Amino acid sequence: MKFGIVVFPGSNCDEDAFHAARDLFGQEAEYLWHKDADLKGADVLILPGGFAHGDYLRTGAMARFSPIMGAVRAFAERGGPVLGICNGFQILLESGLLPGAMLRNKGLKYRCEHVHLRVEQTDTPFTGAATVGQVLSIPIGHGEGNYFAPPDMLERIEANRQVILRYTDPAGRIDQAWNPNGSVNAIAALCNEARNVVGMMPHPERACEALLGGEDGRMIFESIVRSPKGFALQGAHA
Amino acid sequence: MRARVFVTLKPSVFDPQGRTIVDALQSLGYQNVADVRQGKYFELDLATTERAQAERLAADVADKVLANPVIESYRVEVD
Repeated sequence: MKFGIVVFPGSNCDEDAFHAARDLFGQEAEYLWHKDADLKGADVLILPGGFAHGDYLRTGAMARFSPIMGAVRAFAERGGPVLGICNGFQILLESGLLPGAMLRNKGLKYRCEHVHLRVEQTDTPFTGAATVGQVLSIPIGHGEGNYFAPPDMLERIEANRQVILRYTDPAGRIDQAWNPNGSVNAIAALCNEARNVVGMMPHPERACEALLGGEDGRMIFESIVRSPKGFALQGAHA
Repeated sequence: MRARVFVTLKPSVFDPQGRTIVDALQSLGYQNVADVRQGKYFELDLATTERAQAERLAADVADKVLANPVIESYRVEVD
């Protein structure tokens, strides 16, 4: 499987994602510069964390206008698997590829720590290797991860089972004290209605080696690698 | 012409910065400040002398770039 790692000016987790895909999971990986419109035959796209274009106006606000986003959108619409991590999630929201928006963290602090996440859904290309209810420990690092959706949108998201991960306590119970940023319904990750586009605030690429303090992030990459190519692609390159 | 664009969080959206500021003001003794909502303010210099065109241009920029319609609303003033 070939990973395409999209690089915006200001991305800073691109090398971590590349390292995880190539060195830890033995997959092909290639960087995709934001000014190019060519996905170079990638089977799966990762929009990595960072501060694309500086995030001066709003997180992800400018990145959605990068030339490569047209190709990303077309790839997503053909069913190609797209994963946005942290800033990548924010970019997917600003692009309208995922519903909702991000607000400043409730406590206004930049939160950089391991959090507990309960797996809610496994029928996406990025959670197929997990089990529902499983609790993962994966780090976050963000100042604007307070997920928000207006009530009617939130209702649709929940009804469609689009919430993939929620912030919980270590036992997997939802508790506001363990919600690091104030996200509505403790949402840490969600997918689109077609389930091939996933955004998550936690950084799985930072939790793939015991040396770095944990390996729970491997589940995300294992899901991608293990998912049959047919399911992952669904004619994305047609 | 010049346009001023005011972008604010919609009333239904929690504003963590505004809340922190009002708390700070009240702790400074401004008990009569009941609430604060923080927003963004943009001044645009527009290369046009037509008011209607300036209004359209500013609204277009606000719609597509300056504000995120999911959480924010905006108001444009032109002169």
